[in-house]
Amino acid sequence: MLELSIDGQPLRVAQGTTVAAALTASGDHCSRTSVSGQRRAPLCGMGICQECRVTIDGLRRLACQTLCRDGMHVETRP
Amino acid sequence: MTRPVDLLIIGAGPAGMAAALAAAPSGISIVVLDDNPLPGGQIWRDGPNAQLPTVATEMRAQLQRYSNIHLHSGTKVVAIAGPKRLLLEDAERGWVLGYEKLILCTGARELLLPFPGWTLPGVTGAGGLQALIKSGVPVSGERIVIAGSGPLLLASAATAKKNGAEVVRIAEQAGRRAVSGFALGLWRWPNKAFQAVTLASGAYRLSAHVIEALGSDRLEAVRMQTGSRVEEIACDRLACGFSLVPNTELGSALGCEVRDRAIVVDEWQTTGLTDHYAAGECTGFGGSELALVEGKIAGLVAVGRQEEARAHWPERQRWQRFADRLNQAFTLDPALKTLATADTLVCRCEDVPYAELADHASWNSAKLNTRCGMGACQGRICATAAHTLFGWEPPRLRPPFSPARIATLACLDEPAA
Ligand SMILES: Cc1cc2nc3c(=O)[nH]c(=O)nc-3n(C[C@H](O)[C@H](O)[C@H](O)COP(=O)(O)OP(=O)(O)OC[C@H]3O[C@@H](n4cnc5c(N)ncnc54)[C@H](O)[C@@H]3O)c2cc1C
Ligand code: FES
Repeated sequence: MLELSIDGQPLRVAQGTTVAAALTASGDHCSRTSVSGQRRAPLCGMGICQECRVTIDGLRRLACQTLCRDGMHVETRP
Repeated sequence: MTRPVDLLIIGAGPAGMAAALAAAPSGISIVVLDDNPLPGGQIWRDGPNAQLPTVATEMRAQLQRYSNIHLHSGTKVVAIAGPKRLLLEDAERGWVLGYEKLILCTGARELLLPFPGWTLPGVTGAGGLQALIKSGVPVSGERIVIAGSGPLLLASAATAKKNGAEVVRIAEQAGRRAVSGFALGLWRWPNKAFQAVTLASGAYRLSAHVIEALGSDRLEAVRMQTGSRVEEIACDRLACGFSLVPNTELGSALGCEVRDRAIVVDEWQTTGLTDHYAAGECTGFGGSELALVEGKIAGLVAVGRQEEARAHWPERQRWQRFADRLNQAFTLDPALKTLATADTLVCRCEDVPYAELADHASWNSAKLNTRCGMGACQGRICATAAHTLFGWEPPRLRPPFSPARIATLACLDEPAA
């Protein structure tokens, strides 16, 4: 198991889990807030739509193409 | 400055892996890059909830055994850095890689069409849901509606069921002809799971499509049209995708010809551009067997083994015939073009509604006036949808092809490494 945090909330996930999958165990399952203020969640699951972009340790990354690592800080409301 | 790599392959799906393995015995230097964390492409996506078939694990093991194949996972192409040079980026760094020959194996993505409520959390693509489940999304005990078109709906339903979800409806927009059996034979899915989904569950409907996803903060139900009947189904997730569209953007940016949404290749898998080849679903939707044989041919041709490549032509032709029938069977119903209402967002990056787009005559005019397609996905979702909805030709992608770090872009001024 790995431990990471999503919006400050600690979370344990299995090795090989993507950040997109980890989001489903977080507060509202969402990855970002759209330009008009809607909360959005991963859509395509394959690196195309960019709906899953989150901030991981300060860098913008696609949650669906990033594997969880121990100690990662994920933010969906930067 | 280091030497350019002899052969660069973009995409580590069935086509890219087959191409690398076919070219490797020649001893040339090969780089395979893919933006996913692990090789396998769409069909062999790995993850905590994925079970790979033997052919996939064997191919992956073989890739590792060749010391002249270097696999860069989690790496994307950001821009073209000059003739036969690409700017790349992974989680740690950006760099420019030169190549002598290139094989595009960029595969396909789902066609996602806008309908009211499609931006609600809980709504995903059909293959998108399958990909998310494989990568660890838990669906046990959830009620799932799967809708759209093509065999991917059934593959996705099988994965959802296997992981404990209740698939309450599978809505295929095509009519009876689509499931008359032969076309589905192309797809390798677990036969038992397939039967469980289509027969035992009774959830499968033909001539059925989504009208609206309902919910306030999150999906709560789906309104569906089935033949002439309208019904509302309570559910936790809606997975909706209208078959696949080839990823042609990189090929097109390099100067390869794209026709009918696919990269144009000849019988040697060569594009019109010298030393540039393409194989697999970026040259047209066809399933994994076709992708494998096309990849093999491209790899052999790239190392000058034309005669061996030619021996695989009959195999390719056989799978191509299946693919053609599959594509005919799942032709989209024109009614799907009218699902979006005036305030349905078409561009999800810039939140541009249908009404703002409908008055324009072309993609360019819509883009300049509404910011549609100017967001992070660069129109990969909305321009593709607009092509289906309005018939607008999608634009050629401009660099950076996807959001990149400033430090990466700065590498454009440096010599290749
Ligand atoms: C979710 C999903 C499930 C599917 N399931 C089945 C199935 O059960 N049976 C079946 O026969 N077919 C299935 N298909 C169809 C499937 O796409 C093909 O059968 C097969 O995977 C095609 O192989 P390919 O090598 O051409 O492309 P893909 O498998 O799509 O591989 C292309 C790879 O290239 C990567 N890539 C693309 N562009 C870039 C870039 N610019 N930079 C870096 N990397 C890039 C992609 O991320 C991907 O990993 C599925 C498709 C999808 C989308
Ligand atoms: S979910 Fe679409 S890019 Fe990650």
